[in-house]
Amino acid sequence: METPLTQNIRPDREPLDLTGYERAGGYQALRKALTDLSPQQVMDEVSASNLRGRGGAGFPTGKKWSFVPRGEDAPARKYLVVNADEMEPGTFKDRLLLEGDPHQMIEAMIVSAYAIGADTGYLFMRGEYTLAEQRLQRAIDEAREKGYLGANILDSGFSLEIYVHTSAGRYLCGEETALLNALEGKRAIPRHKPPFPQVSGLWGRPTVVNNVETLCNVQHIINCGADWFKRLAATEGGGGTKLYGASGRVRNPGCWELPLGTPLRAIIEEHAGGLLDGYHFRSCLPGGASTGFLTAEHLDLAMDYEAIGAAGSRLGTGCVTVIDDRVCMVALMHNLEHFFAQESCGWCTPCRDGLPWTKRLLGAIEAGKGEPRDLELLEMHCQFLGPGKTFCAHAPGAMMPLETALMHFREDFERHIEEQRCPWRDAAGRSAA
Amino acid sequence: MLDPKDIEAIRAEARHYEDPKAVGVDAMKLAQKRQGWIDDDTLHQLAELLGMSATELEGLATFYNLIYRQPVGRHVIHVCDSVSCWVCDYDALREALKRRLGIDFGETTKDGRFTLLPIVCLGACDRAPTLLVDGDLHGPVTDADGIDQILQRYE
Repeated sequence: METPLTQNIRPDREPLDLTGYERAGGYQALRKALTDLSPQQVMDEVSASNLRGRGGAGFPTGKKWSFVPRGEDAPARKYLVVNADEMEPGTFKDRLLLEGDPHQMIEAMIVSAYAIGADTGYLFMRGEYTLAEQRLQRAIDEAREKGYLGANILDSGFSLEIYVHTSAGRYLCGEETALLNALEGKRAIPRHKPPFPQVSGLWGRPTVVNNVETLCNVQHIINCGADWFKRLAATEGGGGTKLYGASGRVRNPGCWELPLGTPLRAIIEEHAGGLLDGYHFRSCLPGGASTGFLTAEHLDLAMDYEAIGAAGSRLGTGCVTVIDDRVCMVALMHNLEHFFAQESCGWCTPCRDGLPWTKRLLGAIEAGKGEPRDLELLEMHCQFLGPGKTFCAHAPGAMMPLETALMHFREDFERHIEEQRCPWRDAAGRSAA
Repeated sequence: MLDPKDIEAIRAEARHYEDPKAVGVDAMKLAQKRQGWIDDDTLHQLAELLGMSATELEGLATFYNLIYRQPVGRHVIHVCDSVSCWVCDYDALREALKRRLGIDFGETTKDGRFTLLPIVCLGACDRAPTLLVDGDLHGPVTDADGIDQILQRYE
């Protein structure tokens, strides 16, 4: 099984320096792209590879790039921005790539910037990733010294500067237009689309925003070809490997590079080693807090965009949070909506007012003070904060776990209301676990 | 008050962007590193340096989790309260920390050593439950002994 994204990453995550990275075949794609291929050829290869966004939305990468204006009339200045603001609860995959192989990230940025014609790249990284920041900065310095960054790279006429921009913590920075506002030094509030960032992004210039893992695939596609990349996937129509993670009460929590479309069961049972003794699988969030709950009946599904989407959820980031039988689903939902309410930017009313309301309803039900009508109110929120009803995808993302929790675990909510207590806690309020 | 070295660093950083306002958060983080938090004087000075109004910079300061507009202790502890840590007994970690430090979230110990704050997912769910002290990641932190071992590293 090939693992292009993690082939250089050691168990202790100590990264290769520039020499080590080159010795392992690094910066070959940069040479190939800049000396043998036109930007259009790089873009065509990426389009043909079936690479889709690994940040959560799953948009085809080549298609995203194709909206960037090209030709003589296009604006001269364009930007490439890497979304390294990994903050989707339950997700810890981009950290692995950033800390474990920083030069891979830099090479990915250079080749991708060449394809879209960007002369400046920003790595927008969350402020808590201090180790990743140091390692990326060192990699940038090494690459610049070697002539892989700066003016006229490898005599190709192409020039690029890359800067690390560390943020100060806010979930909404992961939304690409909010990220652009944050990068400009504003509050991270989303922008209206259209215009899309590819046409008018950072300071009004054409800008492509891609996730860390998405971009790290690019140089491997250039090195080995789109057909090779498609064959890496386990399922028809897919492309590439995927970093999958598992956390929760499992024996061996971790993050693994596996073929895109690996069955959910294999991730949980083989790679994560199944649940800890005494715990049983009840549910999971397949790719972060903003994805819908899956249950035991979904364990044999392929973890790809289509199969997980058809099950009423989303692949999201591919990092699975496993939920065992001793977890109270109402309390868990309360935790999730606390997060979403807190991280709402406050820009649009349904999200600003609706999310705290759902949080309060869930808190009341959990505390044994819920009323039967509360379930209708929660369902109303699922509708009014759903897709198309709010300014950005934050509130719909918050409603997906709620809607699926009400669908799969309605009985849990009803028992809390009927018994006026949490059946998962004892009389002293301690969790039954 | 801003240190001249910080002013120079902020100016250098601003050259990486079309608009110097882009370094607003960075500038506050830099000042905070030296003095712990952002007081009103620093906020006004930074705003002037970056060519923005103090109100605009205040809008940024209050929006982001890692900028403090109140004094904090010498070390800031951020405890992850997001879903994977929550599943892995976050409640127990939070209670043990509060007991050990004798403070609640948002408070600072009397000796000015630690401030305790909640934080969203730290992106280290394979090490749940986790916490961050001054930017250093720790996890899994599962018992009182584990907490003590971490805290003693920060005087």
